[in-house]
Amino acid sequence: MDSSSRFVARHVASLPKSGIRDFFAIVSKMKDAVSLGIGEPDFVTPYHIREAAISSLEKGRTSYTDNRGTQQFREEVSRYVAKHYGPEYDPETEILATIGVSEALDILLRATLNPGDKVLYHEPCYVSYAPSVALCHAEAIPIRTVSADQFALDPAALRAAWQPGCKLLVLNFPTNPTGGTADRAKLEAIAKFAIEKDLLVASDEIYSELTFEGDHVSIASLPGMRERTVFLHGFSKAFAMTGFRIGYACGPAAVIDGMLKVHQYGIMCAPIMSQEAAVEALRNGWDSMRHMRDKYRERRDFIVRRFNELGLSCHLPRGAFYAFPDITSTGMDSMTFAQKLLEQQKVAMVPGTAFGAAGAGFCRASFSTSYEKIHEAGERIARFLDTIRKG
Amino acid sequence: MNSVLKLILDGEALDTAQIGKILGLGAEAVDRELTSLRQQGVLLGMRPVLNPAFESEHRVRAVIEIKIRTEGVGGFDGIAERISSFEQVESCYLMSGGYDLLVVVTADNLYKVAGFVHERLARIDGVQGTSTHFFLRAYKKDGFVVNSEASRRDQPSVSP
Repeated sequence: MDSSSRFVARHVASLPKSGIRDFFAIVSKMKDAVSLGIGEPDFVTPYHIREAAISSLEKGRTSYTDNRGTQQFREEVSRYVAKHYGPEYDPETEILATIGVSEALDILLRATLNPGDKVLYHEPCYVSYAPSVALCHAEAIPIRTVSADQFALDPAALRAAWQPGCKLLVLNFPTNPTGGTADRAKLEAIAKFAIEKDLLVASDEIYSELTFEGDHVSIASLPGMRERTVFLHGFSKAFAMTGFRIGYACGPAAVIDGMLKVHQYGIMCAPIMSQEAAVEALRNGWDSMRHMRDKYRERRDFIVRRFNELGLSCHLPRGAFYAFPDITSTGMDSMTFAQKLLEQQKVAMVPGTAFGAAGAGFCRASFSTSYEKIHEAGERIARFLDTIRKG
Repeated sequence: MNSVLKLILDGEALDTAQIGKILGLGAEAVDRELTSLRQQGVLLGMRPVLNPAFESEHRVRAVIEIKIRTEGVGGFDGIAERISSFEQVESCYLMSGGYDLLVVVTADNLYKVAGFVHERLARIDGVQGTSTHFFLRAYKKDGFVVNSEASRRDQPSVSP
């Protein structure tokens, strides 16, 4: 190792490298690979939204903005959140524009955690939750979610995982990588527990528009929760705006103020052209979003049916754009399955363990890609399974 | 909309076996569906969309605006159908606005288009005037952007 490693902080050095990085390195050098590993929409940002960014540049609007985001951005967010999720947030004090949900979650953790505090989160989950907690010198406590329960968080499991010192609960429904959702009854039980234990809740609802069955319910809308929930959302998934890096946090003023401190020293503000594009998405993006959501749903039905036909048992994800098939029938672990599939048939799926220990035995397949690719991947996976079953 | 038709219109290059698998039908069922769509006149045909740069080197394409006099010649339909029957005509539409028919023609060279206009079109009873515009370069054709650089080449092939 490079001798400069002695300068790297212990808590950073001890973080595991993202399992996804290694995979990416192999796939990116491989010709003819079919990737089901892409965690972003395969749609280009709808033109009217791109146009808003272009127009912002043409008008020469290239300055910093208020640390919290432009007044217009916060007002539109306030209207949108009230309309689609329920709670009303004051644009002056309760809304903050961020560099995607990634930054919003990071500054929320940094603004609220003292060293040694404990954070509950459900697994399998997005790759950054546990590392972000560790970067705050706090302790991340995973709660296992399971396929039989469609990867919803079981309130009983939450209660069992709780221990003294728990301060924050991170929720992400619909969930990356499982597509798990939480219905009102489950959320009510979770909310009741959060109130009982005086937990702050960080609710990452980045995939909420991409809910295929039932209505998405935000925990922030439940009685007694608005004052202890920070609602995290952004534009990357619903409006296919990953590269704009724009999101927001809504929550009680004192917590948002704490986040604002971290944000203003670390980031200053979200890019103005992204904020202006986001305003257009909030005002007029609903139809474009629905069109994309319909496409995801059709592809979901196909890929899930295909996995099940192939003998890889796969639950129907109710949101997001990932299928999460169970690969244990092959006798392999997630990493071996993903590596061999990539080596032998050049299909990239992300091993479930990249999303935490609870992902063992599963792989994530994004259906945010063309039918042609999903079909081709299906054929290759069939050949791969034939080989190993005969072998 | 018919599910087979919807999938075809999405513009992905899928054969009938692939369509069958995606929709949970057999390839034969998809074939039957396509035949039925053709018979009903819903689906006129399917053909590849060629990048114009790779068409025959000297192929030219022009759009012709045609003004029509309808008295005594059987109205727009008769003339439009007659014009549509020429093999040089790729498409023909009745338009609102300053002219009546918009016709797209292709030919091996400019002179053949010119010949088509003055020897064929201009001689049709009812055609009052034409205005011919040649295509110079295609940027987008039938929904496909021509010569687009791989627009998402920086997108990582695996991401969280």
